[in-house]
Amino acid sequence: MTVYAQPGQDGAKVEFKARYENWIGGEWVAPTKGQYFANVTPITGRAFTEVARGTAADIELALDAAHKAAPGWGKTPVADRALVLNRIADRIMDNLELLAVAETWDNGKPIRETLAADIPLAADHFRYFAGAIRAQEGSLSQIDDDTTAYHYHEPLGVVGQIIPWNFPILMAVWKLAPAFAAGNTVVLKPAEQTPTSILVLAELIADLLPPGVLNIVNGFGIEAGKALASSPRIRKIAFTGETSTGRLIAQYASQNLIPVTLELGGKSPNLFFADVAAKNDKFYDKALEGFTLYAFNQGEVCTCPSRALVQDCFYDSFMADAVARTEKIVQGNPLDTNTQLGAQASNDQLQKILSYFDIAQQEGAKVLTGGTRAHLDGDLAGGFYVEPTILEGHNKMRVFQEEIFGPVVSVARFTDYDDAISIANDTLYGLGAGVWSRNGNVAYRAGRDIQAGRVWVNNYHAYPAHAGFGGYKSSGIGRENHLMMLDHYQQTKNLLVSYSEDKLGLF
Amino acid sequence: MHTTQPTRVGLTGEAAELLRRLTGIHGPLMFHQSGGCCDGSTPMCYPAGEFLTGEVDINLGDLRVEGVADVIPFWMSRAQYEYWKHTHLTVDVVEGRGSGFSVEAPEGVRFLIRSRLMSQEELKAFDLL
Repeated sequence: MTVYAQPGQDGAKVEFKARYENWIGGEWVAPTKGQYFANVTPITGRAFTEVARGTAADIELALDAAHKAAPGWGKTPVADRALVLNRIADRIMDNLELLAVAETWDNGKPIRETLAADIPLAADHFRYFAGAIRAQEGSLSQIDDDTTAYHYHEPLGVVGQIIPWNFPILMAVWKLAPAFAAGNTVVLKPAEQTPTSILVLAELIADLLPPGVLNIVNGFGIEAGKALASSPRIRKIAFTGETSTGRLIAQYASQNLIPVTLELGGKSPNLFFADVAAKNDKFYDKALEGFTLYAFNQGEVCTCPSRALVQDCFYDSFMADAVARTEKIVQGNPLDTNTQLGAQASNDQLQKILSYFDIAQQEGAKVLTGGTRAHLDGDLAGGFYVEPTILEGHNKMRVFQEEIFGPVVSVARFTDYDDAISIANDTLYGLGAGVWSRNGNVAYRAGRDIQAGRVWVNNYHAYPAHAGFGGYKSSGIGRENHLMMLDHYQQTKNLLVSYSEDKLGLF
Repeated sequence: MHTTQPTRVGLTGEAAELLRRLTGIHGPLMFHQSGGCCDGSTPMCYPAGEFLTGEVDINLGDLRVEGVADVIPFWMSRAQYEYWKHTHLTVDVVEGRGSGFSVEAPEGVRFLIRSRLMSQEELKAFDLL
């Protein structure tokens, strides 16, 4: 067991600056209006630094820098670009603890997750796209004996990216790695709740990237995010967040006629067929962990398995085991490597979760465990903590239909296969899903019948690079995490070449 | 005799006060209820007309705030409304900082929905029985 020192205390792995300006053209640039906002750590509820409150003028400065860098970066040989990405990955892993503590302090998530998942996955993502871009080939089509169509991949140029707060570094890297690999330069707007950790990373890799390839402007959505998303100076916008902002960003993109990728969350079903309990073995233990993964990252995951659907004929025994498993979750200081459940990212998140406990009970959902705010002691008393919670009800209740983004799972019964699929698909969303069964045929069919972009079969919450990730239905547009994401950051140039001396004969 | 018309959406006093202040900064306002990830499941407040509503949306009510000339329409997608329609919504405000493009974020506060089940009379009034 290790308890990492809090930033600001002796022995802390990361030392935050008192104030962060915007990161533009490879250096710190003060916001033009000179305004800053306080960044609070959800672990204690206290501010630990202040961050630039950027506006449209700062977005313009960042776009200037990105446009200046774009031609050179776009023509840099792919082997050189890949080398840069690999060096970034090495730098990240060389500073694993520093970045993990920074991320945990900014977001509130347990250090065991940032050490084992967020930061190593970010490094691997750069390595994956370093490899993918080197292996990418154009194509040619032979039209006739003398005519050939060549297809080249070309970068889009300058792209905009708006990043969520649930995995501030990893979600940024999911978008940055393919954009850089494809030869684009980026203006990135982090979330207001977690503006700092990505700046720590930017400074750490400053000597590896040419100035202007990565530009970061912090600020509020209405002041900085809108200026970026609606700018005629970007060739693409990428966003992870919720549906209203997603629609608004698509609306701005339609005015500029640029492509948009959106990842907008879900209400992911996790299906447990009765045969998972055929034996009390390692697989059954794994399935119970799979149920409990609703509490991973405090439930602040777009694919949180927040609807568990459990087959009627083994419901009571399975739920008894599932409740017992949830009650073993260790909640506490996120900087303690034993802690499994940390703080919600902000006070408004906490309040939203509590408002869902209220409507859940009004609608007659039964609280099987949890159901309240968690109060921690000492330094942590001012932090934003919620007890891991299991609600029992039916799929028409609002807690089964809306993303709560907390450590909360809503559980319902199903009778047979058709009933399971019908309930699973009775949702506006289609991002993630889980299927648990020892019967390969059932698991396969369910995986194909559930309308979601990612179905985990006999596992959950794995996010390896090289497995495509994205939504069906209202959950968004585009596929991240896979070389197909390169398509979202590239143009196709077709050279249609005639090798014939003969004229057409028309004129 | 005074009777009140049933509503589908209302405001707390704090939310009304904040809307008065925000109208002073941004002009006439509108709400669109968000769904999905991160800051989803909360109402987004925009300058009126900033967010394009269409056939896919439903106006749940025009909110009136004392001292504000224009009503503030509260929109939701029709598909989402199907799952929400049996509940009455109250726009409240809490301390915090949402991301998204909602206009209150720079004030250090966030709009939040409180919900309650509609009464029989309300369900009847909105043809939900």
